[in-house]
This record gives sequence, C-alpha cells and structure tokens, in this order.
Amino acid sequence: MHIPDGFLDVKTLAATAAMSAAAVGYGLKKANEELGDKQVPLLGVTAAFIFAAQMLNFPVAGGTSGHFLGAFLAAVLLGPWLSCLTIAVVLFIQMLIFADGGLLALGANVFNMGVIGGILIYYIFMVIKSSLPKSRFGFLSAVAVSSWLSVVIASAACALELALSGTSPLNVALPAMAGVHILIGIGEAIITTVVVGVVLNVRPDLVKTYDSEGISGTKTAGGVVGGQ
Amino acid sequence: MDNNMKKFVFAALVVSFVLAILLSPFASSSPDGLEKVAEDKGFLSKAEGAEVWESSPIPDYAMPGLGEGAAATGAAGLAGVAITFAFGYGLAKLLKKKEVA
Repeated sequence: MHIPDGFLDVKTLAATAAMSAAAVGYGLKKANEELGDKQVPLLGVTAAFIFAAQMLNFPVAGGTSGHFLGAFLAAVLLGPWLSCLTIAVVLFIQMLIFADGGLLALGANVFNMGVIGGILIYYIFMVIKSSLPKSRFGFLSAVAVSSWLSVVIASAACALELALSGTSPLNVALPAMAGVHILIGIGEAIITTVVVGVVLNVRPDLVKTYDSEGISGTKTAGGVVGGQ
Repeated sequence: MDNNMKKFVFAALVVSFVLAILLSPFASSSPDGLEKVAEDKGFLSKAEGAEVWESSPIPDYAMPGLGEGAAATGAAGLAGVAITFAFGYGLAKLLKKKEVA
C-alpha cells in the first residue's frame, strides 16, 4: 500500500509527515538504549528480509495482489520504536532507489506502515498477548491476530488519508481498502507467525516480546515498554 | 557479535537473498491493494506525472539494461537486499556508537 505522489493533499501530507517525523525521531533517540550488541545486526537483517519479502506479491481475489508488510514482525523482534525506524529505512530505500512510493508521500507511508502497523499494533498486541494463555501457542496466536490487524488498520488509515485529501470519499475508499486488505492480512499473519516461530526455535533471545518464563503479561509489558 | 549471532544473521541474509533474487521473478504482477482500489474508483490517474523524485536508479524493481524479465527483477532484488542491509546495519551501528562515546 505504498502511496505514490499525487494521491494526497498538502495538509494530509504535512500532518502525517509531522507524526512520522516525531515517531522516527523518538526512535532514533530511543535507539541508544534499545540497541544491544545483538540488535544492531538484527535491525539490518530484519530490514533486508522485509525488503525481500515485500517484493513477493501474492495473488488475492479479483486480479489484485498483496505483499508482506513486516512492520509488526519488526515490532515483535525489536520493539515498537526500532520497528518504526526499520520500516522507515525500508520505505526510504524503496522510494529513493526503486521509485516505489512517493517522495512527498514518504511521511504518510511511514505513518501507515511504521506508526500504525508497527507502533500502534505493538501496544494492541501487548493487550491481546496478556489476555491469552502464557504459552508458546498463546504467544503465536497473539502474533497471528496482531499481524492481520496491522495490515487491515494500516489500510484503513490509508483510506482515511485518501478521504481527507478529497481523492476518494471515505464510504468508497474505506470498504474497498479494508475489504481487500482483510485478505492480504491473512498472508501477513501466515508469514509473520511462521517467521516468529522459526526465530523462537533457533534464537528465542532475539524475540524481544517473548517471555519464555511465562511471567504475567502486565509485568512483561511494563518491562518491554520500559526498554532493556 | 558472538558466533551464533553471526550464523543467524548469515542464514537470515541467505534467505532474504534467495527470496529477492530467485523467487521475486515469480511474484504476482497484478496491481496491489491500493493500486487496484485506485484503478476501480477512478483516481489512479492522479498519480500520473505527479512523481516528485524521478531519478531512481532501479525504477519499478527492474535493473536497467537487463530487459524486463527475471534477470532484471532478480538483479534489482540482489541490489535491494544488499543496500537495505547495509543501510539498516550502518544506521544501527552509528546510533549504538553514540551511546558508547
């Protein structure tokens, strides 16, 4: 759902760019404390994987395709702020080198995918996770639901921006965008859950949000939000 | 970086390169969700000629000079994974160093 230049008006571009700049700026500041020795290469390789997976459009209904987003995967591995930073890196390179997504729309794209898909969904995920059994299955179920949500809500935000810009009315854009992304989100859920499952098997210590001790959700949430 | 971490990063990079180089030519070329909605709802034309940045070296994931087939897509994937990893890793390293200094 990379927005090209021309779809959004100036006020919508400015508002989303301001919020994205604030989130990325905070992420840059937080990076000091959140980047351990392991997270430095992990951020690089997560960005590379997201770039690769985003190239793989899969067909969904009605001559439409979708591709992996990855913001929530990054949030599970790196936490919300580094996730937004990672997505900003991927979107910047896609825009600069590959002409995917507009230059003026970069802020809106970072907002939809990084701020909504990464940061907001991370906090929703923490709520879902704490309401499910403290087990590997409970954790992966929360991952699956949250990754699906990340795509659907990011697409709804995109529809809202199109409506605010006068490009397409909300009662047209929202059902159309959400309708197709409900399907694309299933792909997101499958890929994210499989990847998180594999990383849990080989390097559970790299999954920042996973608590192998199964301590209560609230405690986990507090610890993670506070940064380690 | 400990040895185990090196192995993990190496393996994840290999997976990323395989996806981007070998699998990307088989990706669906149908319009994505937003593009399709724009087409159906009649606002796709708003993006035509609206590009602000027009100097992308590898536009539309096709390496110039290699045509439009699998080679062009695979080469674009190779470049993209390498550049994204280098940029992400470099940025993280820079931000991390700031703390130590």
